Amino acid sequence: MNVVQNIISKYPDCGRDSLIPILQDIQVTEGYLSKKSIVEVGKHLDIPVSKIFGVATFYNQFRFEPYGKYHVQVCRGTACHVLGSSTVLQELEKHLKVKAGQTTRDGVFSVEVVACIGACGLAPVICVNGEFHAKVTSQTIKEILDHYKNLGE
Amino acid sequence: MDFTININNKKLAASKGETILEVMNRNGIKVPTLCHIKDAFPTGACRMCVVEDEKTGKLITSCSFPAEPDMHIQTHSARVVESRKTIIELLLSNHPDDCLYCVRNKNCELQDLSEELHVTERRIRGVKNKANLDLSSASIVRDPEKCILCGRCVYTCEEVMGVACIDFINRGNKSVIGTAFHQGLNTSSCINCGQCIMVCPTGALTEKNHFAQIQEALNNPKKRVVVQYAPSITVSMAEELGMKPGVDINGILNAALRKVGFDHIFDSSFSADLTIMEESAELIHRIQNGGTLPMITSCCPGWVKYAEEFVPEFIPNLSSCKSPQQMMGAIIKSYFADQENLKPSDIYSVAIMPCTAKKFEAQREEMTREGISDVDAVLTTRELAKFLKLFGVDMFNIKPELVDSPLGFRSTAGKLFGASGGVMEAAIRTAYHSITGKEMVDFQVSAVRGFDGRKETKLDIDGLELGVAVVNGMANAIKLLDELKGGRRDIHFIEIMACPGGCIGGGGQHIGTSEEQLKARMAALYRIDETERIKVSHKNPEIIDLYKNFLEKPLGHKSHELLHTTYHAREVVK
Ligand code: SF4
Ligand code: SF4
Ligand code: SF4
Ligand code: FES
Ligand code: FES
Repeated sequence: MNVVQNIISKYPDCGRDSLIPILQDIQVTEGYLSKKSIVEVGKHLDIPVSKIFGVATFYNQFRFEPYGKYHVQVCRGTACHVLGSSTVLQELEKHLKVKAGQTTRDGVFSVEVVACIGACGLAPVICVNGEFHAKVTSQTIKEILDHYKNLGE
Repeated sequence: MDFTININNKKLAASKGETILEVMNRNGIKVPTLCHIKDAFPTGACRMCVVEDEKTGKLITSCSFPAEPDMHIQTHSARVVESRKTIIELLLSNHPDDCLYCVRNKNCELQDLSEELHVTERRIRGVKNKANLDLSSASIVRDPEKCILCGRCVYTCEEVMGVACIDFINRGNKSVIGTAFHQGLNTSSCINCGQCIMVCPTGALTEKNHFAQIQEALNNPKKRVVVQYAPSITVSMAEELGMKPGVDINGILNAALRKVGFDHIFDSSFSADLTIMEESAELIHRIQNGGTLPMITSCCPGWVKYAEEFVPEFIPNLSSCKSPQQMMGAIIKSYFADQENLKPSDIYSVAIMPCTAKKFEAQREEMTREGISDVDAVLTTRELAKFLKLFGVDMFNIKPELVDSPLGFRSTAGKLFGASGGVMEAAIRTAYHSITGKEMVDFQVSAVRGFDGRKETKLDIDGLELGVAVVNGMANAIKLLDELKGGRRDIHFIEIMACPGGCIGGGGQHIGTSEEQLKARMAALYRIDETERIKVSHKNPEIIDLYKNFLEKPLGHKSHELLHTTYHAREVVK
């Protein structure tokens, strides 16, 4: 039994209403929803794959690419927003050439937008693999990214 | 009728459970709709159909709101009209202003509504949708930028066709209609039926057009350009040309195609007769030799692809016969080529079809010999109408002409292929003759005629009991296939057509065809069957000649090589 089958077996009656909890479990275990797992879920629940993809993309919580080695969370809460987090996100997307929710081609960085992460005093904040970076500006973003790049791929 | 409601100050009878829209429709009161689909559960998504409830002062969606006793409704109050206008302006705010270049120009619901509601300037400016054109499919082009998210294609693909390869993806202002993982339609489970095009109010869904290739061939003096047209075409083009539904334009179509410059004009109803010769022989062979039963028709490339993707366990049941389009293609580039002293590569072969899936079928690898396709390009009914305009053909001022011979003469049985039940009826007539050596007393098999999604009957041919079933609309076919999986054994022969009503309702036909128009097309085919003399495929003199001079006998060596094919299971995202 693979990971997905294992998860599905925990939902014995396996109705269509188990779809979201199953997807959540897969995301927790694998970090993202791969094509393979979505197809597998479709087969088990007898739901067309396009429907599952539609449902999954409706919610922000689901990712369709694995995390990068360094996972960058950009806070888009109110305090961070007021102090320019949208520019921070734009800069980040520009440097890494990916959009929020995606992973760079080399698999080093992934970007995620999150709600307030409880460090409003440091706004705008980004958090890389659990490390907080305070009062981020367009200038410091590049330094932060370079720092992680230099840590080795 | 259970109670009355008041619409525009008039008392109207209504029944319990009826929506306000249904009451209005019955009484000829017109309000615009976009997301509404007859018989489908209303989603209330577009709000185009709003009316004012005078008692509460609220604007409510008439397509989803049930009529209630003593309601007072206004359908065109100032507020209602203003609100509808705003909806259209919002839809246009991020729409590409592409009308001049759009295939749906002058046949677009969005265009019509903005005209009706007097939208004359762009008041609201939104960020344009950025979405990629999907050109990956052999049959269907998707342009999500023109999509207004009415959801009609999603409903049709899932509920009418049972395919469900497209759905709403993302949410809010990022919503698009797309496939799983945004893959190209070609790698999805799409069966190319084109029924989504038929319901799309805008130019977001269209067929992949083959104009350029055909024009190039027509301009190439080295190419012999030939054309065939499907049985349904002559009775289903009227609406595209502005004629009365159900008019048979056979003679003037021949003349028009000659004007355009096609060198030879053939009738796919001839190759439908050929299909019947082979298919009825195959059926009898299967019955007498313990072959796989029930045998299922294979003329519909939408259904064939469905089988390959979703129910490969039924591939052995599929008749090995190619479709009439492909049989004609194969005969043109062999028999006809020989007669004219041409190489297959000298011929450019065009097919006019009611169907988008035929474009896919024509480029299947099994439909080529030594790297040369049997059919080079396929035009839908809609494309043909545009093509005729391009060449300045005036269909109202043209003298009827005859089709070319050979490969042009048809029985009425072949012509019946255009409507659901037609293949079955034609096959029964010839199978009866093969088994009994006699002709049927009454050729009409009423039990397989008409519009029902499923038709079944039992035949008794000289003591041989034959169970037959005819289904149209893929979702109806799926139900029957489920019964077979569940162990039903009383059916020996099944006709499956993916499109509702069969090819007269195909995905390449006039957009906006009503049920009445479909019925008129069906009636036209039956009228031809009634009035003409040769009603069975095996009495078609050109078919008899073709066997005598070339093919020898049904299921013979040549037939096997040219007229039969194989299928294979397909792995797709589904
Ligand atoms: S062509 Fe048919 S199967 Fe393909 S998306 Fe349209 S409705 Fe669905
Ligand atoms: S593609 Fe056409 S039918 Fe489908 S949602 Fe968009 S506008 Fe409606
Ligand atoms: S029913 Fe006719 S028009 Fe529809 S997909 Fe099949 S062959 Fe094409
Ligand atoms: S808003 Fe960003 S940390 Fe609270
Ligand atoms: S037609 Fe009624 S809400 Fe769309």
